Amino acid sequence: MPQVTLTVNGKKHTVEVEPRTLLVELLREKLRLTGTHVGCDTSQCGACVVHINGDSVKSCTTLAVMCEGAEVTTIEGLASPDGTLHPMQEAFREYHALQCGFCTPGMVMSAIDLVRKNPQGLSEEEIRHGLEGNLCRCTGYHNIVKAIAAAQEVMHGRRKELARAAE
Amino acid sequence: MNVVTPFEGIGASVRRKEDLRFLSGRGQYTDDLNRQGQTWAHILRSPHPHARIRGIDTRAASAMPGVLAVFTGKDMAEAGVGGLPCGWLIHNKDGSPMAEPPHPVLAVDKVRHVGDPVAVVVAETRAQARDAAEAIAVDYEVLPAAATMAQALAPGAPQLHEGAPGNLCYDWHIGDKAVVDAAFARAHKVATLELVNNRLVPNAMEPRAAIGEYDRGTGDYTLWTTSQNPHVIRLLMGANVLHIPESRLRVIAPDVGGGFGSKIYHYAEEAIVTWASGRVERPVKWTADRVESFMSDAHGRDHVTKAELALDQDGKILALRVSTLANMGAYLSTFAPCIPTYLYATLLAGVYTTPAIYCEVKAVFTNTVPVDAYRGAGRPEATYLLERLMDVAAAETGIDRIELRRRNFIRPDQFPYQTPVALQYDSGNYHATLDQALQAADWAGFEARRAEAKRRGRLRGIGVSTYIEACGIAPSAVVGSLGARAGLYEVGTIRVHPTGSVTVLTGAHSHGQGHETTFAQLVADKLGVPVAQVEVVHGDTGKVPFGMGTYGSRSLAVGGSAMMKAMDKIIAKGKRIAAHLMEASVEDIEFERGEFRVAGTDKKKTLTEISVAAYVPHNYPIEELEPGLEETAFYDPKNFTFPAGCHVAEVEIDPETGRTQVVNFTAVDDVGRVINPMIVEGQVQGGVAQGIGQALLERCVYDENGQLLSGSMMDYTMPRADDLPPVGVATHTTLCTHNPLGVKGCGEVGAIGSPPAVINAVVDALKEYGVRHVEMPATPERIWQIINANRPRMAAE
Repeated sequence: MPQVTLTVNGKKHTVEVEPRTLLVELLREKLRLTGTHVGCDTSQCGACVVHINGDSVKSCTTLAVMCEGAEVTTIEGLASPDGTLHPMQEAFREYHALQCGFCTPGMVMSAIDLVRKNPQGLSEEEIRHGLEGNLCRCTGYHNIVKAIAAAQEVMHGRRKELARAAE
Repeated sequence: MNVVTPFEGIGASVRRKEDLRFLSGRGQYTDDLNRQGQTWAHILRSPHPHARIRGIDTRAASAMPGVLAVFTGKDMAEAGVGGLPCGWLIHNKDGSPMAEPPHPVLAVDKVRHVGDPVAVVVAETRAQARDAAEAIAVDYEVLPAAATMAQALAPGAPQLHEGAPGNLCYDWHIGDKAVVDAAFARAHKVATLELVNNRLVPNAMEPRAAIGEYDRGTGDYTLWTTSQNPHVIRLLMGANVLHIPESRLRVIAPDVGGGFGSKIYHYAEEAIVTWASGRVERPVKWTADRVESFMSDAHGRDHVTKAELALDQDGKILALRVSTLANMGAYLSTFAPCIPTYLYATLLAGVYTTPAIYCEVKAVFTNTVPVDAYRGAGRPEATYLLERLMDVAAAETGIDRIELRRRNFIRPDQFPYQTPVALQYDSGNYHATLDQALQAADWAGFEARRAEAKRRGRLRGIGVSTYIEACGIAPSAVVGSLGARAGLYEVGTIRVHPTGSVTVLTGAHSHGQGHETTFAQLVADKLGVPVAQVEVVHGDTGKVPFGMGTYGSRSLAVGGSAMMKAMDKIIAKGKRIAAHLMEASVEDIEFERGEFRVAGTDKKKTLTEISVAAYVPHNYPIEELEPGLEETAFYDPKNFTFPAGCHVAEVEIDPETGRTQVVNFTAVDDVGRVINPMIVEGQVQGGVAQGIGQALLERCVYDENGQLLSGSMMDYTMPRADDLPPVGVATHTTLCTHNPLGVKGCGEVGAIGSPPAVINAVVDALKEYGVRHVEMPATPERIWQIINANRPRMAAE
């Protein structure tokens, strides 16, 4: 069986996989990182999004063997070791941007990549367009868009603390 | 113990307790769980809509690497496994019971829809199970299929079931036909509309999954499943399918990633993995892939209806006459028969004083996936019909569509209001929600926006819907008389621990609704315990005494009421303990915000002091009172609750492409008392998104042979972020009069009120094309066809 060596959330792993093993299967089944979810089989829903070398990628359509030497970050690797949430995680909670939570890990990973690649700041319309690869069935996206808009202010250092949601 | 700040109680937008685990990847959904020694099941499904099974050869598959067992329907039937039960019996017009054909767990002699399960492979790994399933040879004799209701009802149609001649499940009616016909005979105007309520696939983001585990030592079974109601699954599967007593069967529904109705039902796969785990004596896990979900999760809606509204010369409604065909799919799913009857036809009065209503419903078997409740369940179908018909009636009478609604509203002074279709509404103020919505949506300023859009080459339209729904389905005695085979109460246990923290055990189930927070707020409000010290336990028959689960927006109205009752018992017992400790009479003890006080004195005991005394009963009225501080209540509702409201949609259509964009959406809902405004707003927004999806994007399509064409997320249009507008939500509260919280329910209003608002706006945008009705979903193609079919005529005029 082929071997793949990769770094996941800062920790190096060498894992034996079948050639057909997908990255998401490696994460969920071999490394027990079950925060990354599978919501479809056709690369539509984005519940499986992780970062590979800093880019958001759908791990359900990435073969594990393609990740030799890669740096992978999953939802489990976002918070600081002391438990402090990433500003995007914090914003999702503050703005009630999740309900059942199943799409949330992929949504958060996509949102972080979207914001990082757009330091100029994103309008609501641009955020909606940027989320095309992620499906949520619970929220109607309204609060997800608000959370991302608020998080980008913190991520780009324009605000020190997250703006509170209106009561 | 700290006295709780008032901001955590009823009415506070407390941030959700459950979010931390979901946001950090530590949720525990069924597929995230793995059991020691676990095996995998793969289910082989029919590729044919309708076929006879002449034989199944499993020899090659059984010899494949890693395979532990292959089972067919014959194996399960021979082992005494029963069929999947239906939970509701409907009677025909003539009083005879509906056709209720068998629903085998695995098909035995015939397959009846694409996706019908035929055999199961149990193997060491998921890939091995899947590979081996490919090697099963099924000898099918393909039969002609009835893909649509029209095909199924045609003379000489292929027959799905021996016990359902003509593919008819039932022919049911409600209302007084003679009175309605007489009203039509004297009507000044009759508005008629034929419409289709499009078939939808619920598509919760988490695909269904199940793990069965058999304990060789005790003979007990445990099932982990993606369910909205684990106790109901235990009851149905234990009693009807596998014949396992409740005491030997534990059902756990852990974190569940959305349901919207599709995870209410007892599905074949739950019985398959549970039974197979006993056969192979190892845990058996199954997780659907999305394509499998499309062909095995119950679908929603799928009505074809003709509706007529009789009006007098002042625009007052005289009567409503409705005839509906409702698709059941190939088998009866758990609650399927009650959806197009008691959850649909009983809502046809809407918010109007219609004095006479007659509705007949034929439920039809077709070679398609079973159809059951999907968010709203019957009520969206009733609302869509009524609110489209009101707009058609307005156009045909020349009365303004808002004015026509106002003239026919039930007035606030008319409650309780008895409709001619069985329901008695307890409260509401339809004028208020309408006025508030029109104001918020700037209805008065719309024509200016239409003109501005026209200058940009866009067609702009505005639409309104004023809706009602019935939630918290009950009382048990009433639903029993209507054919329900279960009670519809809820159970709540309040366990005050010795140190004063509280565990709430509820029979309701949270799969996105935020119960862990909302229910904790009830405890904070009533017992004065901080939200952080209240744990809500749900979804485990091994922990929660009993329950009916979550659907029909019932959790707070029914489940919350049970908790309130249990807390009343806690306070009553606490008062007796407090009276003993403070040497006062029980009648003099008052309880407020976590403290028991002797009236008119400064003597007091905190809830924690009382709970310590209850669990360490050194100084305790032990002769008259048991130790401990835990109470359980069963709450059986006195009536349905009746959320209502007004939704306003504003759309713009690009006439070149036919694409419709919802540019504004305003919802003003009366959901009764609001416990957590943030959560209510989120529930409404999510419901509206699904309603806009139905109106503009979503449609489950079968071809004329019964092949499922929209069988993946590449073919079925799920609403994406840039398909949807921001959704403005407000509430206007009238209290429910018959439950202790005054709550009505908020989970389904969004999906009920929004589709007609959107289609009314689309029709309004297209009015210069002479359009009277547009079917859902109003796709770009459909709109483009309408515009182009009417263009030559417009040019000629």
